[in-house]
Amino acid sequence: MPTLKKSLGLRAALLSFLIFAAIVGLWQIAAQPPAASGPAVDPEYAKLVGAAAATGTKSAMPTPADIGVTIWKHLMDPFYVKGTNDKGIGIQLAYSLGRVLLGFGLAALFAVPLGFLIGMSPLVYRALDPFIQILKPVSPLAWMPLALYTIKDSAISSIFVIFICSVWPMLINTAFGVASVRREWLNVARTLEVGPFRTAFKVILPAAAPTIMTGMRISIGIAWLVIVAAEMLVGGTGIGYFVWNEWNNLSIANIVTAILLIGVVGLLLDQGLARLTKLVTYPE
Amino acid sequence: MERPLISVEGLARRFGDGNQPAVFENIWFGIDRGEFVCLIGHSGCGKTTILNVLAGLDQPSDGAVIVDNREIDGPSLDRAVIFQGHALLPWLTVMGNIAFAVSSRWPKWDRARVAEHSRKFIELVGLKGAENKRPAQLSGGMKQRVGIARALSIQPKMLLMDEPFSALDALTRGMLQDEVLRICADTRQTVFMITHDVDEAILLADKIVLMTNGPGAKIAEIVVNTMPRNERHRNDLHRHPQYYAIRNHLVEFLVNRSKAFDQEIADGSYDPRRLKLVKPGLAAVNPPAEVVPLRHTH
Repeated sequence: MPTLKKSLGLRAALLSFLIFAAIVGLWQIAAQPPAASGPAVDPEYAKLVGAAAATGTKSAMPTPADIGVTIWKHLMDPFYVKGTNDKGIGIQLAYSLGRVLLGFGLAALFAVPLGFLIGMSPLVYRALDPFIQILKPVSPLAWMPLALYTIKDSAISSIFVIFICSVWPMLINTAFGVASVRREWLNVARTLEVGPFRTAFKVILPAAAPTIMTGMRISIGIAWLVIVAAEMLVGGTGIGYFVWNEWNNLSIANIVTAILLIGVVGLLLDQGLARLTKLVTYPE
Repeated sequence: MERPLISVEGLARRFGDGNQPAVFENIWFGIDRGEFVCLIGHSGCGKTTILNVLAGLDQPSDGAVIVDNREIDGPSLDRAVIFQGHALLPWLTVMGNIAFAVSSRWPKWDRARVAEHSRKFIELVGLKGAENKRPAQLSGGMKQRVGIARALSIQPKMLLMDEPFSALDALTRGMLQDEVLRICADTRQTVFMITHDVDEAILLADKIVLMTNGPGAKIAEIVVNTMPRNERHRNDLHRHPQYYAIRNHLVEFLVNRSKAFDQEIADGSYDPRRLKLVKPGLAAVNPPAEVVPLRHTH
């Protein structure tokens, strides 16, 4: 069995590499400049977009090799600051990460206690259910104008948008986890005359922890999706703003770099929470 | 008249708006200190509800349970429950589960004292060495042992057991029955236990309370187990002269009388407050028939 398992992993890695090589190869061929030179161009236009692009000998689409060079350049110097519109990609990612963690943290502080209450009390559950059902499917970006108008600060508004999109999965999962704590575990606490606070922390919280953590994992995934869009809207700093800025610069290589880094950071966030979930999960 | 340690007085349970017939009603019986009482009856007659009322986990529709001259109004550390499904907290170790109970009983104790006390009861049920295992790593019998240790560790005035061995295989069940018998004899524990198993009742109980079928379930009578505790051994229970008489009486009740009890008491002699105490075992050893003299064949 172990050899089969090992060979499966090996074959999968090989296949991954082949797919990667095929994509890169096709991309390299597709982005090659055409051999014949095109018609003469207006020198004014050539000056504007660069000689190579104007004559069509060089497309704005970079080759994989160009991307590699750009990524290397960014990774070598991720934290430079050369003015408001020219900051290292590491700094931009740090801005986005900071907003996500702040909005997510505030959402957790709000959603976990409220979810506890909803899960414990059928009355509160029924009273809040219509609000949750209506607000949950709203795109978090729809809150942005309202946030900008009331808060009057774009940075805090984007944190608010992260808060509002992270709140729902955590709220719903906490309420569900708390409500479905096994009756017999609660009966154990009751027969031992355990007080309500000790029951909440020693029985309900550990029992519901895996469900709560799953909600957190969903939340942080959504938050990381939303931050890019939110920063494109509010501008200034962050990886979303970086992408939009590089689109205005028509620097596709920088955009592709950002896409890959957004993916990697999202993966790390997800894996981090998966680790934490595993810590609180108990086999039955 | 002196009241028993636990006195069940006029208990009834109805579901719905009161128009439906009661699951059980007019239930009266008592449990004396140090006594082991089993409740036998078919599923659905409300046995578990009675146990839950005794535990304080459920409220009766009518009547009350008096313990030490006080009415039960909720769960208490004085009445420990051994649950049918062991009900261990799966995120805690064996030690953690018992320490949770011990520190609930004595909140002022420090960690070391709680651990020391817990360890004593882990050893009592023969789980030494498994202190740091999680319930998922234990077999069904071991889990139930932890449940027993948890209940005993808080040194309750009485134990309530809801079919504690029904989920176990026959071999494990037998071993645990022996252990419960030994522990209860050592500690003079008062026990109320629900069971389906006639042999389990004969092995463990001093009194066996017979409950008729629901709805409107009643207690038919109380069978006194006249086999002395020190003569009850699982392996040769069936050799005891009283065994078959008691067993037949119980089986006869479960098979026939539990259904037709209302016809049986049609003459009006039944009084739920003064239940008949029957001793089928004594009838077997003191037969009313004439004694047949022994005859030598050579």
